[in-house]
Amino acid sequence: MRHIISVLLENEAGALSRVAGLFSARGYNIESLTVAPTEDETLSRMTIVTIGSDDVIEQITKQLNKLIEVVKLVDLSDGDHIERELMLVKVRAVGKDREEMKRMVDIFRGRIIDVTEKDYTIELTGTGSKLDAFLKAIDRAAILETVRSGASGIGRGDRVLKV
Amino acid sequence: MQLSGAEIVVRCLQEEGVEHVFGYPGGAVLFIYDELFKQDKVKHILVRHEQGAVHAADGYSRSTDRIGVALVTSGPGVTNAVTGIATAYMDSIPMVIITGQVPTHAIGEDAFQECDTVGITRPCVKHNFLVRDIKDLATTIKKAFYIAATGRPGPVVVDIPKDVTATKAEFHYPERVSMRSYNPVTKGHPGQIKKAIQLLAGAKRPMIYTGGGVILSDASAELTQFVRLLGFPCTNTLMGLGGYPATDRQFLGMLGMHGTYEANLAMQNCDVLLAIGARFDDRVIGNPKHFFDPKRIIIHIDVDPSSISKRVKVDVPIVGNVRDVLKEFIKQIEGGKSSVDAAALKAWWTQIEEWRGRDCLKYDRASAIIKPQHVVQKLYEITNGDAIITSDVGQHQMWAAQFYKFVKPRRWINSGGLGTMGFGLPAAMGAQLGNPKSTVACVTGEASIQMCIQELSTCKQYHLPIKLINLNNRYMGMVRQWQEFFHGNRYAESYMDALPDFVKLAESYGHVGMRIDKPADVEPALKEAFARKKDLVFMDFITDQTENVYPMVPGGKGLSEMILV
Repeated sequence: MRHIISVLLENEAGALSRVAGLFSARGYNIESLTVAPTEDETLSRMTIVTIGSDDVIEQITKQLNKLIEVVKLVDLSDGDHIERELMLVKVRAVGKDREEMKRMVDIFRGRIIDVTEKDYTIELTGTGSKLDAFLKAIDRAAILETVRSGASGIGRGDRVLKV
Repeated sequence: MQLSGAEIVVRCLQEEGVEHVFGYPGGAVLFIYDELFKQDKVKHILVRHEQGAVHAADGYSRSTDRIGVALVTSGPGVTNAVTGIATAYMDSIPMVIITGQVPTHAIGEDAFQECDTVGITRPCVKHNFLVRDIKDLATTIKKAFYIAATGRPGPVVVDIPKDVTATKAEFHYPERVSMRSYNPVTKGHPGQIKKAIQLLAGAKRPMIYTGGGVILSDASAELTQFVRLLGFPCTNTLMGLGGYPATDRQFLGMLGMHGTYEANLAMQNCDVLLAIGARFDDRVIGNPKHFFDPKRIIIHIDVDPSSISKRVKVDVPIVGNVRDVLKEFIKQIEGGKSSVDAAALKAWWTQIEEWRGRDCLKYDRASAIIKPQHVVQKLYEITNGDAIITSDVGQHQMWAAQFYKFVKPRRWINSGGLGTMGFGLPAAMGAQLGNPKSTVACVTGEASIQMCIQELSTCKQYHLPIKLINLNNRYMGMVRQWQEFFHGNRYAESYMDALPDFVKLAESYGHVGMRIDKPADVEPALKEAFARKKDLVFMDFITDQTENVYPMVPGGKGLSEMILV
């Protein structure tokens, strides 16, 4: 099963490599991993998307908790949560395709953030599956480049991960 | 007062009450060595190879309840130390390893003797630090000692660039440190303990299986009281030997790949299993699928939650320090009304005694060639079972574990997790320095001993009267055994065609050497060697080349699928 794990960890050099090293050393999957400092600059917030059986996920959370720099973590998939990913896509947009592409961006509630005579750069946020759907909906040959941030997640309602 | 980084390092060690530091100097640690030279509270033991330094600090830690400390230089000093660090990590040994690093401005420039110490050691330490600012030095060292010894213990590396040891700062050693991200649990959940006691009381075929956690938390007195209170059978893992007195009737011997018939069968057939400070590893339960029994209830006490339900599903997890948890167990049992099922227990013991009657550790006592088991047996008798025994890795290690009956903790010192050949001699040095009045012997083989043989020179320098029991069968015995069982007797590279004359070798290092090749000479030779209280004696026993370790659970098989002699 796919799980999305949120981790608060000390914002220190090397903390990220401890997490990445743990996953590779123990053979766990990482589908995506994002990390950035929080409003408290001594803390970083990391979101890891991983796939594994319940036993494997239990081990992953225990092993993460064992890392000295990990302060707190939560498996967001255990309850209601919101998940978002940012994607930047550069597409070829010339002639009649230009209008069609603009329409697709509107349908998916994306934004065109850079324009040249030949191409658009599109910004799109949503769940991973929405971003996948957009890529499927447009002409594959038009795609010049895609950049995805990996998922970030947060609990719904008063579910808070805080020190 | 302003102190240099090097002075701060030495002052921190003094504040921690460190008596011995095992190390080897080099460019990046010269300032630290200069400060060590100027004082006499912390004694430095100069090894001959950094691997020896870390193993010695490890043996020191295992044989006492103190934190072992090693000091090595940057680059090759660190890479040589890695085997020792990984060895300590696998067995959860509390240690602090201070490593020199190239100056901060040179880090990342491929400087002379530079390596990414924090990167290289990351997967084999409990934690590591690179100290870039002298202001953090004292606090970091305090944290290192704190992390190493608390929770599930382990080695901690503190990497210190040379310029940090040369600059000056105000010294203040914190009395304690607290870290919001590190709060190890000690006390077990009383409700879980209550539940566990009810399950134990209802057991028809109970079994208690204990590991290194009992030794590390100094809980053998509590364990012994607890096991006797219940009257249940008890087995120890290789790491747990000495946790429960091996001479006691309730002790079934070691379990696992080379465990006894009775311990393995009791483990496989029990209906309630209590695991204490052990981790169900592959050398202990073999194949987890074979071990699995949906009707068996498993209770697991461990300080590390990630050890629980890792290889086998646990019904009642109890996270906490083994000693604290066992104290709570004893308190609740003594204060409660629940009693064990005496009739069922009697029938269970009858079954166990039948298995014990199989005498799975028998060997040819009339052999004309020295049997290795006989040597360990005599070693046990002559030392009254009270020596500190270190070992290397292989057949001799298993025979030492099977035939030396450990009645006290911290007397059996071996590399159980990583299985590091070369561990025995340097570990014995650390054990001897930590226990100057104790008899220390190293049971080794002619292959293992050559992996850290250079430490014989260290032993001479510090007058360490270790007794080396070399079970010399001219083979890497355990490799040969596997080749015999599983590779059609093709002894690929498990035989050394050119062995040194160990007697002359020992003598050239300034020690006493003995060669023993007749069974009748084993006992007199051991007596003579152990009577030499001041000398290191290297005893080269020429043993049966064909002897194998039995019983044996082949890799990937289950505990009831033992090969018996």
